[in-house]
Amino acid sequence: MLVIIDYGVGNVRSVINAFRYIGSDIQVSCEPQEIRRSEGLILPGVGASGYAMQKLAPLAEVIRQEAQAGKPLLGICVGYQLLFEESYEMGTHRCLGLIAGKVVPIPKTLGLTIPHMGWNYVEIPAGMALLEDMRPGRYFAFAHSFYAEISDSAARVAKTHYGLDLPAAVQKNNIFGCQFHPEKSAADGLKFLKNFAAYCRKGRCPC
Amino acid sequence: MLTKRIIPCLDVKDNRVVKGINFLNLRDAGDPVELGARYSDEGADELVFLDITATIRSRKTIVEMVEKVAEKVFIPFTVGGGISSAEEIRLLLRSGADKCSINTAAVRNPSLISQAAEQFGSQCVVLAVDARRAVDSTSRWHVCVNAGSVPTDLDAVDWAVRAQQLGAGEILLTSMDADGTKAGYDVELTRAVAEAVDIPVIASGGAGTLESIFEVIDKGKADAVLAASIFHYGTYSIRQVKDFLAQRKVPVRPLS
Repeated sequence: MLVIIDYGVGNVRSVINAFRYIGSDIQVSCEPQEIRRSEGLILPGVGASGYAMQKLAPLAEVIRQEAQAGKPLLGICVGYQLLFEESYEMGTHRCLGLIAGKVVPIPKTLGLTIPHMGWNYVEIPAGMALLEDMRPGRYFAFAHSFYAEISDSAARVAKTHYGLDLPAAVQKNNIFGCQFHPEKSAADGLKFLKNFAAYCRKGRCPC
Repeated sequence: MLTKRIIPCLDVKDNRVVKGINFLNLRDAGDPVELGARYSDEGADELVFLDITATIRSRKTIVEMVEKVAEKVFIPFTVGGGISSAEEIRLLLRSGADKCSINTAAVRNPSLISQAAEQFGSQCVVLAVDARRAVDSTSRWHVCVNAGSVPTDLDAVDWAVRAQQLGAGEILLTSMDADGTKAGYDVELTRAVAEAVDIPVIASGGAGTLESIFEVIDKGKADAVLAASIFHYGTYSIRQVKDFLAQRKVPVRPLS
């Protein structure tokens, strides 16, 4: 059983729908016991990361413990941004600190439209379990104005280009995250979620 | 590289897509869910559903439709038409919509934009602007409300800038002069707005030829193009549009 952590931020419906569509056994919960019992955790989220972290605070410790004990965890969009140490969105906010890095605004000086909205090409390096079968790259759907500067030497990073190279997805052992919305990235997004579900079942990706 | 988005627009009335549909092999071509899924399969980058009745009764039907679409369609989609409160936006987002477009209500009460942006994030707040070229000037446009039927004194470019300041994440810009004519988008209008704001601009109204779609991206600086009739009537498929743009070196998401 996979658990989508419901902490009252944004709409989890699309993430549930996508997992149901690919045939995963999934439930939504904010109960620490269910979070502990799950095979894998999904941390969704939309909106501002500071507000999201505030709402997540009561569950932060159990998520941190489970992830550090080896349980697969997938952060999506703002849920992905919460995996890092700090976010500078509307003030400075401490986040889960599972991956070294900080969340900063896409610089306005690049002269690009912000938010980074739409489908962008993601270059996929070797060794990322959920993306291995989609190398060398695929298009995924983005909608964000902040991005993670990752400084963790143990993290593998897939990048996309938008004025600068932005991390699009990350993996540090059993901890996964994606800035894009896999639940809104058509067949390739569903494949990504399928790979996560398989990883949770077997501890590895089928690809 | 970020690709330019091709967005079919589905006008919905009584849970049916209106305007003619020219698709074969669809069990129910008027079903918004089935048609949305079909466009997604064909390579649409996003979808827009517009509730063209927008009454209290139709709102309930739209919420049910959004729930069903979200179960079957896995690309971003926007819902609009008569949305007048943050509570309605909350309900539509909870039901599975990714973005909501607001129009008349935002003109009447601009704080609705900031309220929605604060509560749900700018990325899901689309300001729909229906603009009509001023009779006394060739490069000024008035904002129209109530489905484009009522002109206001508001300048379309100024309004788009203001909306961005209030927290809108995207502008859905429809030329009322071009809408329904198939004579091409209003390139000048699109460019004027796109150059004035930093947020993405979706060009709408007038899609006719492949050349006109290229033009509004190339010269009009649109980040995305919306079209209804050319897709519904089968004038062009999404693949044809993308192939044409790709030949002209416009970045598009290739079909897998």
